[in-house]
Amino acid sequence: MAYTEEELKKELETKEYEYGFYTDIESDTLPKGLNEDIVIAISKKKEEPEWMTEWRLEAFRVWKEMDEPEWANVKYKKPDFQDISYYSAPNKKPKYNSLDEVDPELLETFEKLGISLEEQKKLAGVAVDIVMDSVSVATTFKKTLAEKGIIFCSISEAIQEHPELVKKYIGTVVPRKDNFYAALNSAVFSDGSFCYIPKGVRCPMELSTYFRINQAGTGQFERTLVIADEGSYVSYLEGCTAPSRDENQLHAAVVELIALDNAEIKYSTVQNWFPGDKEGNGGVFNFVTKRGLCEKNSKISWTQVETGSAITWKYPSCVLKGDNSIGEFYSIAVTNNFQQADTGTKMIHLGKNTRSTIISKGISAGQSQNSYRGLVQVNSRAENARNFSQCDSLLMGNKCGAHTFPYIETKNKSAQIEHEATTSKIGEDQIFYCNQRGIDTEKAIALIVNGFSKEVLNKLPMEFAVEAQKLLEISLEGSVG
Amino acid sequence: MLQIKDLHASVEDKKILKGINLEVNAGEVHAIMGPNGSGKSTLAAVIAGKEEFEIKKGNITLEGEDLEELAPEERAHQGIFMSFQYPVEIPGVSVTNFIKTAINESRKARGLEDMPANQMLKLIREKAELLEIDRKFLSRSLNEGFSGGEKKRNEIFQMAMMEPKLAILDETDSGLDIDALRIVANGVNKLRGKDNAIIVITHYQRLLEYIVPDYVHVLHDGKIVKSGNKELALELEDKGYDWIKQEAVL
Repeated sequence: MAYTEEELKKELETKEYEYGFYTDIESDTLPKGLNEDIVIAISKKKEEPEWMTEWRLEAFRVWKEMDEPEWANVKYKKPDFQDISYYSAPNKKPKYNSLDEVDPELLETFEKLGISLEEQKKLAGVAVDIVMDSVSVATTFKKTLAEKGIIFCSISEAIQEHPELVKKYIGTVVPRKDNFYAALNSAVFSDGSFCYIPKGVRCPMELSTYFRINQAGTGQFERTLVIADEGSYVSYLEGCTAPSRDENQLHAAVVELIALDNAEIKYSTVQNWFPGDKEGNGGVFNFVTKRGLCEKNSKISWTQVETGSAITWKYPSCVLKGDNSIGEFYSIAVTNNFQQADTGTKMIHLGKNTRSTIISKGISAGQSQNSYRGLVQVNSRAENARNFSQCDSLLMGNKCGAHTFPYIETKNKSAQIEHEATTSKIGEDQIFYCNQRGIDTEKAIALIVNGFSKEVLNKLPMEFAVEAQKLLEISLEGSVG
Repeated sequence: MLQIKDLHASVEDKKILKGINLEVNAGEVHAIMGPNGSGKSTLAAVIAGKEEFEIKKGNITLEGEDLEELAPEERAHQGIFMSFQYPVEIPGVSVTNFIKTAINESRKARGLEDMPANQMLKLIREKAELLEIDRKFLSRSLNEGFSGGEKKRNEIFQMAMMEPKLAILDETDSGLDIDALRIVANGVNKLRGKDNAIIVITHYQRLLEYIVPDYVHVLHDGKIVKSGNKELALELEDKGYDWIKQEAVL
């Protein structure tokens, strides 16, 4: 195997030389299409070490042999992977000179979310002329982290500065050949976040990608790697509630979490990519692979609030490898208009006394389709594994759909698995009751939806929860008429 | 305060109210009695603005303003409160959160700021005490798993919190044991004042021993067939509804 790789490397080097590819490319955007040259070019652009280039190439070769998965309960026109440009330098030039030029609808949404004026400018891509609060916040933030030995930087930076950690862990939880999109991401990932919490350290603050992303766009193929060393703890927030309008239609991210012995990772996501317009045109395709590995006595909690994207294909999972490890998945997925979501989790019980909890809340409105797909797998070695799953669906109107696909596979008789599922509809009686108390229909729906989602909202860090609640309201605006 | 003139209302083309006339002034308590299916709950729902009922003829005004064009929440903002016969469950929404939302939405409609948290808390404490409601009860999901008595007590608690101009109690006594009945009636009586009015809808005279009405009306087949003072309620208790029905036929 090593020999082959070595051989390949040589071959590639020659190839590169032969075509003189790099000298030709002066622009900041690579031409459309995907081949080995493009993969090499991306790696070179990012000044990556050779092992990383190799790693990407291997992923590309795997990807080439794979087919796009078709089992999800979603319908869309498949992207033409040769019609996408896989690298474009982060655009640092502001798009607008003042807020007056920004789409008023977008500003209205910012207003509702309670986002400060300065942040509004930043999010909308408006030039900012004064020193911003969050920049100074980010600086103080970095200092505090450094004192604890915590590394929190972009994955590109980590590849340069901490190659030993990246090399050791990247692709160990989500192997390159795991699935079509993971392979694609491994070959062409643009950037993402890297986080390492040293042994026994409790990260003193919520790590938020929000700060990081604002420094430089990460593009459509994001790669995240979080490592919690023995006995450490970290709470990590991904995304932000502000609507993300992105020109890239296809997003395929990979997130890998590693919780070593006695460590705990809490990973919260709010996803609000552009869902397409009311007629179902446009919108982001979001194909994400998220997985965490739990070593002995460790714990990983995934909490997600998914309101955006035209298509969501996402299953944050836990591999409960170590004895006594715990995996949790708390999810709210909202679909409206023509959105389609196929989301859920996999809990793979390998170690003894492993426990997992799944709470999934699906809310469908308009003509959307919302599916929960989950797998609970108990392997033969996993004595006394426990799982509790609860999947609740809330329907609004008569044109939407809610689907539940729970899969259970157990190879150990001592396993205890519980599954509960409910489907309910927001009733006219509930609305009238609220109306009679002076609460209008829009607000009544928000109240009922927030109540329905409460168990999951409660798992989010405080500030995030408040924003997420508002986001649910906005996402369902105008869904009853 | 409330004026109902020749009110005809239907649901899915079925005529239920067939010419109701009623005038309720501030400071008054009116009881509306009648056998099952006479239209009592429909009358309450029509005043509150439930959409499935269609007003075919006549009108309802509150302090001179025609209610027909107002949405249910707008009527609530005008000061109409209805205690439901069957209060609905809203899972995950606590009693406190619900009433807070209701009060602040009504305030917003009147151009007022949200009620400050400490003031809200004080009010909740005061009214909960009045209705002998346990603190733990306030954090439970609205009506979820509540006993019949708890549901009704919660309705009156909300009424006490919202201090409506016109309160309509739809069969508030059903499902209440005697102790709960006394507590609920006590709460209602505390709310009686010269500026507000109450309509008590009930099948039995029992509740009226505790909430003593100024006027009693008997509803039969969508019409008020007899009106009187509290003695009428006793007479009904004695004789049942049959004699009213016979009188109505004559």
